[in-house]
Amino acid sequence: MTLTAPVPTRAAGRPGTPPRRPVRPLRALLHVFLGLVALGWLLPLALAVYASLRPYDETARLGYFSLPEHLTLDYYGRAWSQAELPRYYLNTLIIVVPALVVTLFMASFTAFAIARLRVPGRRALLIVFTAGNLLPPQVLITPLYTVYAMVPLPAWLSDSQSLYDSYLGLILVHVAFQFGFCVFVMANFMRTIPEEIDEAALVDGAGVWKRYWRLTLPLCRPVLAALSTLQFTWMYNDFLWALVLMSSGDKLPVTSALNNLRGQFFTDYNLLAAGSVLVALPTLIVFQLLHKQFVAGLTLGATKG
Amino acid sequence: MAVRTRRYSARDVTVLVIGLGVAIVVNVGLIWGPTLASVGLSGTDWNGIGPLRWVGGRNYADLAGAYPPFWSAVRNNLLWLGFLGLVATPFGLLCAVLLDRRLRLSRLYQSALYLPVVLSLAVVGFIAQLVYSSDYGVLNAVTGLSVDWLGDRSINIWVVMVAAGWRHVGYVMIIYLAGLKAVDPALKEAAAIDGASEAQTFFRVVFPTLRPVNVIVLVITVIEALRAFDIVYAINRGRNGLELLSVLVTENIVGEASRIGFGSAIAVILLAISIGFIVTYLSQLFREE
Repeated sequence: MTLTAPVPTRAAGRPGTPPRRPVRPLRALLHVFLGLVALGWLLPLALAVYASLRPYDETARLGYFSLPEHLTLDYYGRAWSQAELPRYYLNTLIIVVPALVVTLFMASFTAFAIARLRVPGRRALLIVFTAGNLLPPQVLITPLYTVYAMVPLPAWLSDSQSLYDSYLGLILVHVAFQFGFCVFVMANFMRTIPEEIDEAALVDGAGVWKRYWRLTLPLCRPVLAALSTLQFTWMYNDFLWALVLMSSGDKLPVTSALNNLRGQFFTDYNLLAAGSVLVALPTLIVFQLLHKQFVAGLTLGATKG
Repeated sequence: MAVRTRRYSARDVTVLVIGLGVAIVVNVGLIWGPTLASVGLSGTDWNGIGPLRWVGGRNYADLAGAYPPFWSAVRNNLLWLGFLGLVATPFGLLCAVLLDRRLRLSRLYQSALYLPVVLSLAVVGFIAQLVYSSDYGVLNAVTGLSVDWLGDRSINIWVVMVAAGWRHVGYVMIIYLAGLKAVDPALKEAAAIDGASEAQTFFRVVFPTLRPVNVIVLVITVIEALRAFDIVYAINRGRNGLELLSVLVTENIVGEASRIGFGSAIAVILLAISIGFIVTYLSQLFREE
């Protein structure tokens, strides 16, 4: 499954509908197996939704695997207002939106320079950037934490007055960490754009910026869509960076804030289930709506473009 | 494939220097610089304040000899890798092979399998607690057992790996499915004409052509196994049988005792393991260029 310019193939596109065939026993077995697997895969999620709809005293008495006596949306209300989820969603947006825009902008320009121009050392650059994305975050988190605590920021930019515990710090780390992957994917894509397009622009005397912004970027729409979908999900799902680089509970993004729904001594798992469902919802919606982009993004990075 | 013979104007050069310069500064400053700093700090006993003092290999000796969670974490990381590599990944491949044919409902099966891929591993950790909870969890209710799946340190790592595998299978399946679609159908037809069974066709003809995809899946599996963190942290902060190297690094900086030097030594061990696989991956990716 690859995206190639300038006519992008639709990822996972399937020509027509399969012709009807007579039912064969092997095929039936296949359907039974895949059906069971699919069901088993959906079960934990269904359970989380189910648990979130039942009052605590009922599940405490009967367990999660029981018929409901009452169903209530109460936990969603509590997770929403009491746990202040809207604030955490907002924090996530404050972090993810700029991080996404900056990552794609920086990565697309870098990919353009690497793939379309004869920049010296471009291959080494691409290798270093790609490798950086593959490191486990823990390899670099200790010095990063230390440096973040030492870098002062003006109060209007961060009320902690340092890069540590600031939105900017999290945005920066997302940009730096996801940049390599995006460069790799986009450089592969841009190589497939025919050279003649550039040559025509050169005859017209277009400069580097114009060729990047006006010529190449518009052709990259499919890959930008795929990467935005994937990166949104990844940045949204981040748990570690915020855990280590943030200290104020009220600035946490929503995925990390979920941890707050656990009590110190007692955890109401039904509330946690409701919280989990609410946190998972945006990614599930994105997945449903932009399913093709998501898969294209994943496979673009994994298989050679 | 760059366009040949061209001069850049002064403005072009400025744009390039600024554009690439910012990218390099961000990458070196936030990724490679800190990585090298980890290596340097791992030879000190720094606690975050106070002066830096060089202690040579003492942190590593302490890790191996006087820090019990370390070996338990190494064991768990290896188990994790083994489970993802030998159970979850082959299962993902199996699903991809089964789905790579014209099946009605194929889309539905696929969606179900990769639904967990979009979830945060932290959310997976919370959902796992609903299934495994000893008092009202589903697993005990269905089986009639009363096992403390997450509290018993001899079994909790296994059930958590199953939860992690739940997500990994979908990931692997997507990648293999894309790889399988790229296999020339003529190959399969030729094998069928020669009288090969479906299993033979797969193992002798299709699987060998998937070599690049296999390398990529292998590396993704290794990286995922080394990065595993969120799920155990969401369950019990990675204690009591759920120790992982990544958790130990984090605990040594966000925990009460800020042992920067010691934590860095664990990070360096993670780095040493991952770098070998990263090099393999990159040489696969950049081979034909």
